[in-house]
Order: sequence, then structure tokens, then C-alpha cells
Amino acid sequence: MDIIKTLEKDLIPERSFPDFKAGDNISVHYRIIEGAKERIQIFRGDVIQRKGSGLTQTFTIRKISNGIGVERIFPFYSPNIAEVELHKRGKVRRARIYYLRDLKGKAARIKELRKG
Amino acid sequence: MSGIIGKKIGMTSVFDETGKQVACTVIEAGPCVVTQVKTIENDGYQAVQLGYGTKKEKNTSKALLGHFEKASTEPKRKLVEFRDSFSDAKLGDVVTSEIINLGDKIAITGQSKGKGFQGVVKRHGFAGVGGQTHGQHNRLRSPGSLGACSTPARVMKGMKMGGRMGNDRVKQSNMKVVSVLHDKNLIFVKGSIPGHNGSLIIIEK
Repeated sequence: MDIIKTLEKDLIPERSFPDFKAGDNISVHYRIIEGAKERIQIFRGDVIQRKGSGLTQTFTIRKISNGIGVERIFPFYSPNIAEVELHKRGKVRRARIYYLRDLKGKAARIKELRKG
Repeated sequence: MSGIIGKKIGMTSVFDETGKQVACTVIEAGPCVVTQVKTIENDGYQAVQLGYGTKKEKNTSKALLGHFEKASTEPKRKLVEFRDSFSDAKLGDVVTSEIINLGDKIAITGQSKGKGFQGVVKRHGFAGVGGQTHGQHNRLRSPGSLGACSTPARVMKGMKMGGRMGNDRVKQSNMKVVSVLHDKNLIFVKGSIPGHNGSLIIIEK
């Protein structure tokens, strides 16, 4: 097990993403390669969870698109993530806010965390 | 066909050239030492015997100690013979993971994890009894009928039933090498391989 951890230390690429956690509102700039062309798609939503550790860690983002809830899972160290933008820090009490899936409309809002 | 002995380290993932995450197993392949060379003149067939791992001298029999002495090496934990390979190998040669390259298809043999006594649903992939209603109160995962009645009046040999599962020698072929780190003797294989972390495996190319 230790070999895996030390190995991942070498394999993990440098990432300068802001430190986000569940409840935060972020947008992920994801590179999409179509044939020879490459473009950037922005996926903005609330972070539902961060899962795993090391190289295999992922995070899930949920947004409401045309009234339908859409969730997308990104590998944290995916080379296709160009940028992560942090818009709002959310005030939530748990690390996995799955309860958001059952809430609709106004109830599904997350309070913004204000420091000081 | 050449091969090498290795150890399962554990699982992680790598990203391929399109950015897709691929689950892979990390294997420490070698370094192995040639402990015996078999030739057609001497043994009737061509093969080399490789040794891998370390073993205490006090846990090694005198006969084996003499065998390792011939190859002028330390006692090895595992000895495996590879037929019709390494035709130019000499006694005491070191085989490293460098025989395995990126993109190679390899076969991996290991001892699968023991699962204990398991029923037919897990052990043989039976579907179990369809529903939970219609009087099925305690036979949801039962095997069902074992055969006909007075002819043959016995259960056929090889009937699939519950029993010990796992801890078998399993060979998995066509495993793709997705990454190699020759300086650490590590290779990354796509997917999972049989056995616990730390268990010894045989890699054939």
C-alpha cells in the first residue's frame, strides 16, 4: 500500500485549483477534443462531494439545466480540466450533500458562507 | 514466449492520451535471477528457471541452498520455469522488468482470493429463484432441482452446488500494459488481476 502512495506522489501532476469542498459553487473548464479541434466547455454547479484520495480522487458537480438536475463526475487530476473557478463558498454541515437531490426550487439553495 | 515473476502491489489509475481515466494494477516485475538453464541435450527441452523474492537462509533446505549456490545467488522465495524462452540466458543472469514494454499484451497467473463457502448464486452465477412472492419464503438463492427422479436416481457428477470458492490458480490473458517504470521495476496493467496485494504472480509475454 505504501508503494502506491509514494508512487502516486510522483505521478500526481501539479494542479493550482482553488481549494473547494462540498457546497461550493464552482465552474469547471473542461477540454473537449472533437477530431482535430479542441474547445472548452464550462460546467457550473454546486459541488456535491469530493471522493477518494490521491490520484484516483473525484468530485461531483450538480446543476439544474432546463429544470432537470444534471450531475457530472470529474476525476480531480484529469488532464482535460483546464481550469476550476470558485464562485461562492457554501455553508453546509456535511461533506456529502446528497439531500440536495431531493430538494427543488428555493429549498435547493445553499447559503453562502461569509467569514468575519 | 518469455516471462518474469512479480508481485501485485495494488491498484491505482492512469490517464491515457485522450485524458480518459484507466483503472490499473501496479505490479513489481522482477528483478529475477536465472537459477537453472535446461537444455535439449541435457533435459529434453529448453527452459530457464527464474527465482524471485528473498527468503531466509535458515528457512531454506540444504538441497535448495546448493541449487542457489550454483547460480551464486541468495535464496529466492519463488522459483518458476519458463519453457522455450531466454535461449541465450546464462546461470546467474538478472532478468528485469525491461523485457516488458509499453503496449504489450501479457498473461498473468496468480492465486485468486479465497471466498470461503459460497452458494450457487455467487459461485456459479445461478439466478436464484425469480420472485419473492408465490410462496417463496426461504429459497431466494437456492439451486433448485438437482436432476430427475427415479431415473437416474442419483445426482450427476459435476452438478454445480455450493462449496469452497476462490483460492484457485487463475490465468488472465491479453492484459494490456498501460505504463512502465523500469527504474523501479514497476509495470501498470489495465484492469484487475487475481490475488491479494503482495501475492506473487507469474507474467508471461
